[in-house]
Amino acid sequence: MSRSPGRKQENHKISRELFVLTYGALVAQLCKDYEKDEDVNACLDRMGYSIGIRLVDDFLARSAVRKCRSYSETAEVIAQVAFKMYLGVTPSVSCSSATGNEFSLILDKNPLVDFVEELPAERASLCYCNLLCGVIRGALEMVHLAAEVSFLQDRLKGDAVTEIGITFLRKPEDRKHRKN
Amino acid sequence: MADEALFLLLHSEMVAGLNRAAEQGEGENGRCTTKLESMGFRVGQGLIERFTKDTARFKDELDIMKFICKDFWTTVFKKQIDNLRTNHQGIYVLQDNKFRLLTQMSAGKQYLEHAPKYLAFTCGLIRGGLSNLGIKSIVTAEVSSMPACK
Repeated sequence: MSRSPGRKQENHKISRELFVLTYGALVAQLCKDYEKDEDVNACLDRMGYSIGIRLVDDFLARSAVRKCRSYSETAEVIAQVAFKMYLGVTPSVSCSSATGNEFSLILDKNPLVDFVEELPAERASLCYCNLLCGVIRGALEMVHLAAEVSFLQDRLKGDAVTEIGITFLRKPEDRKHRKN
Repeated sequence: MADEALFLLLHSEMVAGLNRAAEQGEGENGRCTTKLESMGFRVGQGLIERFTKDTARFKDELDIMKFICKDFWTTVFKKQIDNLRTNHQGIYVLQDNKFRLLTQMSAGKQYLEHAPKYLAFTCGLIRGGLSNLGIKSIVTAEVSSMPACK
């Protein structure tokens, strides 16, 4: 084949762009269908949830990570393995609570908003990437970890970075015994 | 590649979500197929622009169709079109024997009536791509036995 390695990388980039463009078209269509931002956000979250519960199977099959022994390990795996695998970026993780069950993923570069400059004025409270929250929530639930995921900061709304907050809901009682 | 799984899942979610909304509202099935097709149109327009940024100018319609069958299809669906037929008067039939978006659904005639929904986006994708290359077209899809489609 006369394909050069540069071409392969380009193809890889284009399939990612396909996903980003499709996502953009989806959000645009939802904005046309629903008037209120909350409805659009809820719809995106629900769709993300359905995607997440299936995506986690694909993720575990491809990455073969071992069972995570703590919430912080889980957050690290999500940031360093899953995000890298599917979106090509690695957010940084920080723990934001003393109890150890609240984490933040900080994204400098969010590939989903590559083609978005700014939110339209009448859609000020739209969470453009709410799908991501749903995906993380769905995926965690399929591995028996209940969590609440939401956007704490969003670059599209003027903040400096994009920050996703994950709050694990169940208390780690069974983990205390294993941590010896 | 991992991106594939993401796109496949997003696509099936889109089809399901739009159909769910249609069932609750008063619109019929035709409306969500149209919505999917128009979404595909937008994506196709944008994608073909990014894709053909550095390629040479196309000589004629057939050249464009060959490009769609080989490079475009390979990038989007990781395989080439299996068969391209034309009557040299403006009608082209692209046949894909193992269409990616349908392989997970069934391997024969089961669920045939649901197949058109899954092809609407791709039809829009092709129409959008052709429109940005200067060709006005109508794209239709036909499925006789999954996962092959025309």
